[in-house]
Order: sequence, then C-alpha cells, then structure tokens
Amino acid sequence: MSGLRIQDLSILLPRGGDRTHALAGISLAVAPGEILCVVGESGSGKSVTASAVMGLLAPGLAVERGSITLGQDNLLALTPAQWRATRGARIAMVFQEPMTALNPLMTVGGQLSEMWIVHRGLSKREALARALAALEEVQLPDPAGALNAFPHELSGGQRQRVMIAMALALEPELLICDEPTTALDVTTQAQVLKLIKDLQQRHNTAVLFITHDFGVVAEIADRVAVMQLGHVVEEGPVGEVLLRPQHPYTQALLAAVPPLNAPPTRPLPDTGAVLELVGLTKTYASRGIFRRRKAVKALDGVTATLKRGTTLGIVGESGSGKSTLARCVVGLMGLDGGTIRIAGQPLTQDRQKAAHLAQMVFQDPYASLNPRRSVGAQVAQGPIAAGTSSAEAWAEARRLFALVGLEPEAVRRYPHEFSGGQRQRIGIARALAMKPEVLVADEPVSALDVSVQAQVLKLLRDLQGRLGLSILFITHDLRVAAQLCDEVVVMQNGRIAEAGPVAEVFTNPRHAYTQSLLAAVPGRSVLEAG
Amino acid sequence: MRVLALAGRRLAASLPTLVLILVGLFLLLQLAPGDTVDALMAQMGGGDAALAEDLRRFYGLDLSIAARLGQYLLRLVTLDLGFSAIYGKPVATVILERLPATLLLMAAALSFAFFFGLVLGVLAARRVNRWPDTLISTLGLIFYATPSFWFGLMAIVLFSVHLQWFPAGGFYEIGEGLTGLALTLDIARHLVLPTLTLGLIFLAIYLRIMRASMLEVLSLDFVRTARAKGLTETRIVTRHVLRNAMLPMITLIGLQAGTMLGGSVVVETVFALPGLGRLAYESVVQRDLNTLLGIVFVSALLVIAINFLVDLLYAKLDPRIVSGG
Repeated sequence: MSGLRIQDLSILLPRGGDRTHALAGISLAVAPGEILCVVGESGSGKSVTASAVMGLLAPGLAVERGSITLGQDNLLALTPAQWRATRGARIAMVFQEPMTALNPLMTVGGQLSEMWIVHRGLSKREALARALAALEEVQLPDPAGALNAFPHELSGGQRQRVMIAMALALEPELLICDEPTTALDVTTQAQVLKLIKDLQQRHNTAVLFITHDFGVVAEIADRVAVMQLGHVVEEGPVGEVLLRPQHPYTQALLAAVPPLNAPPTRPLPDTGAVLELVGLTKTYASRGIFRRRKAVKALDGVTATLKRGTTLGIVGESGSGKSTLARCVVGLMGLDGGTIRIAGQPLTQDRQKAAHLAQMVFQDPYASLNPRRSVGAQVAQGPIAAGTSSAEAWAEARRLFALVGLEPEAVRRYPHEFSGGQRQRIGIARALAMKPEVLVADEPVSALDVSVQAQVLKLLRDLQGRLGLSILFITHDLRVAAQLCDEVVVMQNGRIAEAGPVAEVFTNPRHAYTQSLLAAVPGRSVLEAG
Repeated sequence: MRVLALAGRRLAASLPTLVLILVGLFLLLQLAPGDTVDALMAQMGGGDAALAEDLRRFYGLDLSIAARLGQYLLRLVTLDLGFSAIYGKPVATVILERLPATLLLMAAALSFAFFFGLVLGVLAARRVNRWPDTLISTLGLIFYATPSFWFGLMAIVLFSVHLQWFPAGGFYEIGEGLTGLALTLDIARHLVLPTLTLGLIFLAIYLRIMRASMLEVLSLDFVRTARAKGLTETRIVTRHVLRNAMLPMITLIGLQAGTMLGGSVVVETVFALPGLGRLAYESVVQRDLNTLLGIVFVSALLVIAINFLVDLLYAKLDPRIVSGG
C-alpha cells in the first residue's frame, strides 16, 4: 500500500485541558495522486494531525496509540536522523502564513537551494540551478530575479508560490497543506489552489489539505474528512459530503456557509444619509529627503453614502484602500482631501466628539482587547471618559452584555476567559457603549470559524433591527457581504470600481474587477449549484 | 548606496547633539568652584593673588564665559582642542597618548563580551530550563550583580598575587625596552585582567539578550519551515536562527559603547592603565577644562563612529532596513 495511512491515532493533551485527547482514534488514508481535505473548526484537531504526520508535535503532546505509515514505513518508529531524511524529501509541508514562514534574512534562492544541498548533497551552484527551475514551475513572474530577492520583496501570493516550490522540490510522496490560502486574497487564492492541483497531478503526489473553508474544499478536494473535537465524524468523496452530508455536524457547518446570492433587497428605510463621503483622497507618500518611495494612493476620490439604519459594504482585496477608509471615518487617520460628514456634521478633530459619531469593531478579537483589564472596564471606559458616572457606565455595560448575548455578570472577567466569538461580541458591546451614529466594522468575522461567524453576523443583523444601527461593513469576503449588506461598494486600488444594491451588483456585475472577484470565490460551482 | 544614505542621515543628526553636549558641559563646569589656576597654584604650593591674576590672563580665563565658549567653539571648527595648562601640552597630544590603551581595552572587552555572550546565550537557549541553562543564567546574574571594581581587585588578588599569572597593573613593562612582537605580547598580558573585569558585566547583558532573542526566534514560523525541510538542528541554528537572533545584540553594541567608556574609568583606575577614563577623572579633579572638553569631544566622536558602523552592519545583516519598509 503506498500513500499515507493513519490508523486509530490517539494523541494525548497535557493534563488540565478542556479534553483529554487532541485526537481520539482517527483513521485516514491518502492515496498517491489524491487530495484529501480535512475540514474542521479551530480545536478540531486538524492541525495536530498534520504535525503528527510531520513528526513535529508541539511539546506536551504525546502519541498514545495508533500508527502512521507512509509507503511501507512506520513513521512513529523513526529515529530523529531518519525523520530528518524523511521530512522535506518524502513529506513536505506548506504553511498558512506566507509572511512569516520564510526566513526574512535569507534570499529565496538560498532557502530553496537548501533542499538539494541538504538532502541530495548537490553543490551550491547545481542547487541554485534546480531552484531556478522550481521557481519557473510555480510560475513566478521573474524567477531569476526572485532567486536573489528577499522574502519581504515578494507579495503574499508570490511567497506562497515559493513555499510550494520548496515543498515540491524533491518530489515528495506526501504534501501537507495547512490552510495555505487562508491569508491570501480571493483572486490569489484561486490561482494558488489551481497551481497546487496542477502540480499535484503532474507529480502524482498525495495531498493532505487542511482547511476550515468549504469553498476551498469544493475547489480542490477528491475526498473530504470532517473533524470535530478530535474525531473524524464524516468521510467520503467530495460530492457526497458537500451535497448529501450525513452527520449533523457537517450539515450544520455547511448550513453556516453564507450563500453568495444575496437575499432579496429589503425595503430600505427612507431616512436620509447618516454618513456622507465626498471625494476622499489619501496618499501614503515618501517622507524624508533620503527615502524615495513611490507614493501610494490609498484613497483616490472615494464618494459614497450610508443611509441611516442600513449597512453599506466596502469590498475589495488587500491594498484596495478599504481599511484606510475605515480608519479615516473613525478619525484615526487624517485625510488629504475630501470631506466626511456624519449626521450632517463634518467629522471633527476633537476625539471626544468624534467618539460619539463613529466607533469601530476590529478584525482581530484576540489583539483588540487589553488582556490585563476586565472586559467590563473596557466597555465602560469610553462612556466614563466622556463624563458618564462610573456606576451608570457599568450598569450600561451589563445591559450591553445582555444585548450582545453574553452573561451580564461576565463583565468582571478578563479577555482570555472568552472564546473568539465571545470576544468579538465584547468588541461590539464596546463600540455600542458610545452610542455612535455609525458603526464601522473592519473585517469583524474574518478571524472566526464559520459557525461562529454565522452567529456574529446574525447578532449584527438583530442589533440593526432593534437599534436602527447604521453599519459601514469592510470585508474581503463576498459571501459575508452578500448576507449582511444592503448596498455595496467595490474598491480597487483606492478607487470605486462599482457601487449599488448588493443583489444587483452580485448577480449582475458590470465592472470587470467585480466579475473577476466573483469568479474567484471558491466553491461556487458546487456550493451554489446545490 | 541606500545604506550609506541611511547611515549618513543618522550621522548628520548626531552633529547637533555633539555641539549641545559640549556647550552644556562647558556651562556646567563653570558652576564648579575653582578653576585651572587654583589647581595649578595648589600644585606649586600656593602664591599671591597677583600671580593668580597674571596666570588667569595668560590662559584667557579672565574673559567672560560667553566669550570663552565662543572662542572654544571657533577653535574646535579647525579641530584645535586647545592647550592643557596642567600637562603643559596641547590637549590633542595628551589625548592621543592615552587613546590607544582605552581603545584596545574597549575593543578587547567588547569582543570578549560579544563572542562569549553569543556562545553562552545560544547554549542556554538550546538547553532551556535544563541544568546548562540554569548554570549559565545564574553565572550571568552573578557577573551582572557584582561591581566591577570588586571583580578587578579580586582578580588581582587571585591571578597576580597568588598565582602570579598576570601583572597587576600598567599597560606594558616600562624599562624592559621591548619592541615588535614581544611588546605586543606584553601588552596583551597586561590587558587580560582589565578586559575580563570590564567584559564580564557586558557579557552578562549580551548573554541574557541572546538567550531571550534565540528563544523568540526559535519559536517563529520560519524555524518550523526549516524543521519541515528536514534540516539538522545545528544547521537550523547556524543558518536560520543565529543571524535573526543577533539583530538585538548589534543594536545593543551601539547603545552600550558609551556605557563602556564610562565603565572603563573604574577599570583603568583599578589596573593603573594610562587610558582616557583615568585622564577624564584627573582633569575633573584638576579643573582642566580644556582637556575634559577634549575628552568629551573624542568620546562622543568615538560613540558616534561606533554607532555609524553598527548602522552599516545592521543594514548589511537585515535587508529589510535598506528597502525602507
């Protein structure tokens, strides 16, 4: 039997965790030339599976029983020296974060040629020649130039191509991909997925592909295994699992994937504009006499209007200027030109007043809360600074906690005691505490699991219905935008490519960029057909 | 070229600092009671007020503070450091006589501290929380907590008095008339104990920084990538971790160049080395304003030059700096 076989593998967690096993007797097999997608939410054990196969389990984790075999060899019986001969040569891995997975102080060529120098004993010169060929195979625009480039000189997608070239350098029998496209833009993601699939077919590699995204699964998988809390709950061919899921957990996960076709346009309340953006410009220019960098126009004449009580989505890829827009609206960044009017008044420089006009919900629920202060204090802090009495502000914090679906008494606890979804609810409560005219949400659900994501989106919709919130919603995820937004603005390179009611823009995109974005959304053919 | 431009900009920015330091020190010293002439008179065993008046006029000390400051700065532009009344020689000559000892001591102590701090830091990080780490960290703490003069005295007691391995003080054996290689070896023998004394404290700092920085780099994603490539631990450390972990150390060299000059006062006193540090101390006692200002000027130049080199080195080590990201 060739390929990878995992049988009845159990891995113990250190004592004192929320469960005893990271993996509780899972069995999986990947044949040569096959792509097995392992899907699951955070904590399901999918990444532990990958590290176990690589022999790189985190300290504290131990294999309790079971076996992992690659070809004829029992991987769990390898000595450290045998492991080193196996890693890279027979099993290779592509990691999630292309920004940090490469050594910043070493050229791409140096890191790539290491594979042949270490495993095949080639001279530096021969290895560099091989590296050049490998970079050509992953279709990097300027392979010879990339060889001498440092990682920071490449874009995220290009770095991930380098990682793939490195992983496939020695034609391994097994390629493990751990969320390789999660950090990439949707069009780049589509290209990288296609590249992995092409190369895998050409080299007849077995691929263990770990992801949380059913869209990606639909694009790339031959077979799917769904994991939950250390168990494989369902396994089968991709068509079967995605279209006729048997296990309730799989069904729930699939139901939580937001459909790309927007619900029918709801009647918009005719209340006039709450946020008006007129001809906004912002340029990141070179500073200082010696530093000559090309000026980047992050905002280039952006004009848009958010009607009171509705949601305006700003969609685009990284570098499109959408986050700059968000920062300008909440007054964290000055404009070069144009005006922002909130509730009829121009945005003031006065922080105290601006705080009541717009508040922001941040992307990363882990980094955006102070770990050393109780969450209630963080929610109450804004109102107290604005002059509300402490007792009143705390009472308001408790009321807000109930409103966003948390225990009111949880205000005394600290951020680490909450899950990611709960923290994002706290983030929303913190923003609402200032009773802002406009709520700016900058990718509020992109760091969350799909089921949690669905809950937070539902919360935002509920709050909008109850409080009449006006939301400026920044996202790169078109599925999310389709579900939440009334109107949408598509941004590209600081300009507005297209704007209009979301159903209209998504079903009938007129601009070429919108069309390419929609075409790149993974899993359309499978998920939207059913 | 980008590197040079970057470092050149830092260099230009340090010039106003230099002038500020000199002016500040000049004014500060006017607050101290007594002047060069008082010290000279004390050396001569006293004299009458008329003589003191004459001497003051001779050395230009009777002018107003502003006029003297202006004169001094004007002469400085032509790199003239003035004349030392106490030593009876131009300040530049006095300083040049003393500079080699200090430079040698600093370079030796810095290299010693850097090299062993690096090696011990790497060793400690590779065996983190096991006995080698505990041993190295404890030793580092002891080195750091012990005052350097005490270290120097104990080293003299042990290595010079009891074991008689190394001389107890001085820069070289006066009167032996050594030249060439023999002189070099003699100076080296004299510098062993001072280097150890001055270097140990800095070694402890470098060791801790290196250990922490190694541990941080070892936990980064690209080290996991290197492991996944099947590299040996030795290759991972030497090719991938070391250079990344050294960046904070390099920064520290620039920051500590000044501290080291200060620390050398104590060490030079303990080991009777004819260096800048001791000269500075003597000039303060003797109110030798010109010499003191000259020393400050040269020390500041030294620190600026070291930082310039560190900037160049840093840019060489970290390509991200040059791209101005």
